[in-house]
Amino acid sequence: MFLPKKVSRFEEALLPHLDAAYNLARWLMRNDADAQDAVQDACVRALRFIGGLRGGDGRVWLLKIVRNTCYTRLSGARIRGTETEFDEEMHSCDAAATNPETLLMRSRDADSVNRALEQLPLEFREVIVMRELEGLSYKKIAEAVELPIGTVMSRLARARKRMHQALIASTHEDS
Amino acid sequence: MTCENIRSLVHAYLDSELDLARSLEIEDHLRGCESCAREVADVRMLRTGIANGAVYHQAPPALEERVRSLLASQPHRRGERDTKLPRLGWTLIGAAAAVAFVAILLKDVLPLPLAPVANTTHEVVADHVRSLMANHLTDVASSNQHTVKPWFDGRLDFAPAVTDFKDQGFSLIGGRLDYVENHPVAAIVYKRREHVINLFVWPMLHMEDSRPVAETRDGFSVVHWTQGAMAYWAVSSVNTSELEKFADLVREAGSSPLPARQ
Repeated sequence: MFLPKKVSRFEEALLPHLDAAYNLARWLMRNDADAQDAVQDACVRALRFIGGLRGGDGRVWLLKIVRNTCYTRLSGARIRGTETEFDEEMHSCDAAATNPETLLMRSRDADSVNRALEQLPLEFREVIVMRELEGLSYKKIAEAVELPIGTVMSRLARARKRMHQALIASTHEDS
Repeated sequence: MTCENIRSLVHAYLDSELDLARSLEIEDHLRGCESCAREVADVRMLRTGIANGAVYHQAPPALEERVRSLLASQPHRRGERDTKLPRLGWTLIGAAAAVAFVAILLKDVLPLPLAPVANTTHEVVADHVRSLMANHLTDVASSNQHTVKPWFDGRLDFAPAVTDFKDQGFSLIGGRLDYVENHPVAAIVYKRREHVINLFVWPMLHMEDSRPVAETRDGFSVVHWTQGAMAYWAVSSVNTSELEKFADLVREAGSSPLPARQ
């Protein structure tokens, strides 16, 4: 593919998703400068390999590259270390839900929500961002994170459980 | 369905990922089961909280400018090299690139990286030979990594790490722009005694690191590996074990995360 053609393909299929790319990078890298660098780097790669996009979903394809780039950049730090022994069972609501008013109050407080999301382990944070902020289906998330749909589903459930607990916990800390 | 079954499907239910029959089954259960209904209400509340509270970060205008200037800098890259290569050279490179491209497409279907690697080997060896013949070994001749590295800035859309290994017997002598698979790549040039080593570096799409693989092609040693989502190809007339030693030095130097900015 000739370069000018690649450029126009990029402009048409990927540039409209720059906000999505930046939002994901910003949540993964947790600061603006690193997020911008990661997106720029991802765009270089996307441009180079845009032939691989073919007829696919440009947003998901770009998010996949952004995610890979962020993981590469974060690989100096431990990135997967947070894959914990968190209880896998689904009987969650016990302790946390004893007080629904607490959750209601905390989930209405944007600061608490943002802090809880920011502090989630990377692999949980990314599925929340893709599902709740980007509105992607399980299938598309699975494509972006290169995992089976079943894994995406259980990861999202665990991510929400953790968010829930973090929100409850934040009440005790600062109120 | 038992409560346990319901609980495992709550998220899929709320995310509209279930078919109608399943959804109705769940709704039916929720009408009769207070504890499951509360679980659903909790997750729903949490979702609303995230949707309303979590910041959606819009791309700053500066980022869009950076990406647009990246795009604007693209079409001219080809022309730069046209004057330096005879037409036949371009045809061959184009053909090789086309084969590599098809191989890359196939790679998605068949997880065998062999075909593109074979063609890349051919290209990097051809680039190496040309660098020796055309009296065009370096665009920037310097043994100082702090001169060579910045030289690439602004000429490439990525920032290769440049390290001198003089103390280990591999002296940096400079850098130049070269082309592999029809893309500009960094060629960092070293000398081992009288032998030239070309180290070609360019960004990759996938992040998995791979260990060095050594081969010989037309009498040249070739070692390639992937690190930090960058492809590294070292080509030289030194023997393979020496080139592998060189590769280990480069990998060691690159094992700290690359500097973030170009």
